Amino acid sequence: MSPSKRVVLLLSLAVCACAATPGIDPGASVAAVKAAQSAGDNAWMLMSAALVLLMTGPGLALFYSGLVRQKNVLGTMMQSFAMMAMVTLVWAICGYSLVFGEGSPLLGDLRYAFLHGVGAAANSDYAPTIPHTTFMIYQMMFAIITPALIAGAFAERVRFNAMMIFSLLWLFLVYFPVAHMVWGKGGYLNPFLGGKIPVFDFAGGTVVHITSGFSALVTALYIGKRKGFPVEPMKPHSLVLSFIGACLLWVGWFGFNAGSALAASALASSAFVTTHLASASGALAWMLAEQIRNGKPSARGGISGAVAGLATVTQGSGYVAPFSGVLIGFIAGFLCFFMVAVVKNKLAYDDSLDAFGVHGVGGLAGCLLTGVFATRAINDTLKLANGQPAPLGLVDGNAGQILNQGIGALIAISFAVVGTLVALKLTGLVTPLRMADGEEDQGMDIALHGEEGYTLED
Amino acid sequence: MVKIEAIVQPHKSEDVRNALKAIGVDGMSVSEVRGHGRQKGHKEVYRGREYIVDLVPKVKIEMVIPPGRTEEVISTIMAAARTGKIGDGKIFVYQVGEAIRIRNSDRGEAAL
Repeated sequence: MSPSKRVVLLLSLAVCACAATPGIDPGASVAAVKAAQSAGDNAWMLMSAALVLLMTGPGLALFYSGLVRQKNVLGTMMQSFAMMAMVTLVWAICGYSLVFGEGSPLLGDLRYAFLHGVGAAANSDYAPTIPHTTFMIYQMMFAIITPALIAGAFAERVRFNAMMIFSLLWLFLVYFPVAHMVWGKGGYLNPFLGGKIPVFDFAGGTVVHITSGFSALVTALYIGKRKGFPVEPMKPHSLVLSFIGACLLWVGWFGFNAGSALAASALASSAFVTTHLASASGALAWMLAEQIRNGKPSARGGISGAVAGLATVTQGSGYVAPFSGVLIGFIAGFLCFFMVAVVKNKLAYDDSLDAFGVHGVGGLAGCLLTGVFATRAINDTLKLANGQPAPLGLVDGNAGQILNQGIGALIAISFAVVGTLVALKLTGLVTPLRMADGEEDQGMDIALHGEEGYTLED
Repeated sequence: MVKIEAIVQPHKSEDVRNALKAIGVDGMSVSEVRGHGRQKGHKEVYRGREYIVDLVPKVKIEMVIPPGRTEEVISTIMAAARTGKIGDGKIFVYQVGEAIRIRNSDRGEAAL
């Protein structure tokens, strides 16, 4: 029986049970309602998992590859696509367990290695209404997009196999520990499951955006500039591709943020709306900033602003009220524009596709702003000893939460910087990171993959 | 008048144009072309079948200049475009019969 039919059947069973016959056990009707809810939750979470995968391929692949030169279009797409393949296997083998297994405050154990014990039964610690398998595959999609985001900082100059080895090491050195600390049972920063310092990260502002953004900055500085940067213009070869990619990111982000409610709940609806409002105001803010500075709002600016708004609101999406999302998006649009258009040019580092300027800076701002705007009116999961919802952010009168968020961010940044440096060093021992001079001139597509994205001959 | 046609590596075209601008050559036409000389093409593999792609991307820069500047322009292009490897490209020099500016009917060197 298909799940949808099952829902209908279970619902009608529940209605019958409640409506009429006093002979039927009321406990059975409660169970039927629960089963129907669980089926609804599972449907939404499987959909959300697919939406988050859509963010990497084709979303991020198109967004990034449109911003590079024509000779690097396939190589850039391959960086995102390769993560979809590699991280999937690493996650199933041990990544999931290292993040969500109950281990030390720093890293999970290997109880779920090779998906041992991950089956139809729910894991009540994390998501009590959906199969453990669904939770596992949903979280996998986050681990896929995070190293794919970093690649934006070293676009157009790194060898494919070096990128693969680096990303593999990076998962173990940065992503798995930070994700475990914030989301895993017993994680040092997880306020819900016995952590020491409470950090509210609803959908991965710290786990995904701060880690990838700051790692991106380190890679850009370590690997160095593209040949010819910044004298040659290195124009995006197709903003049309980037435009489509950014719009797919926007849509996929609903799975990312609203899905992080881990149920088809009112909290998911709230996160959905907050996310959407932040993206809209981020886009408007960036375009407004360009209008003021350059006299022309650009397509590239509009889509960058939307992504900045989305990245920044991620952390608080299920904690802040929808109109706080508007404010967060607006701040993100201006702040990230300032980083990308002013600060980056002053400092002249080659974060080619602004992975740091958008995800690092946006993620950090979003982390701190969550400490300001998080409210129990939206999310009452965290309880005081007396069973009342705990005050969350500054708007609830808990000013200290901004400091907690800051500590969480600092820990994530430290892991990102040190882990990335170690991963780069180790990768460099095995294979050169950069393409050879002539290869960089020739472009990634021909030099690394032996193909071309666009051909003249038929 | 002389027409200079330079076919250069795509990644050198920016340098060549900047160098020409620096010596006061303002007018030029630039096109993306594909072709080959002695440079061997590269190998591409599609679904297990290998293809030698002979036609490699180049940039063609054309300009018409007074004859007295020919050597200066040639050496400028050479300096900017040369890497010393096969595939650096070629320069061709042609005699030009006449030049006319469409806007105001200027002729000869005045039209350049």
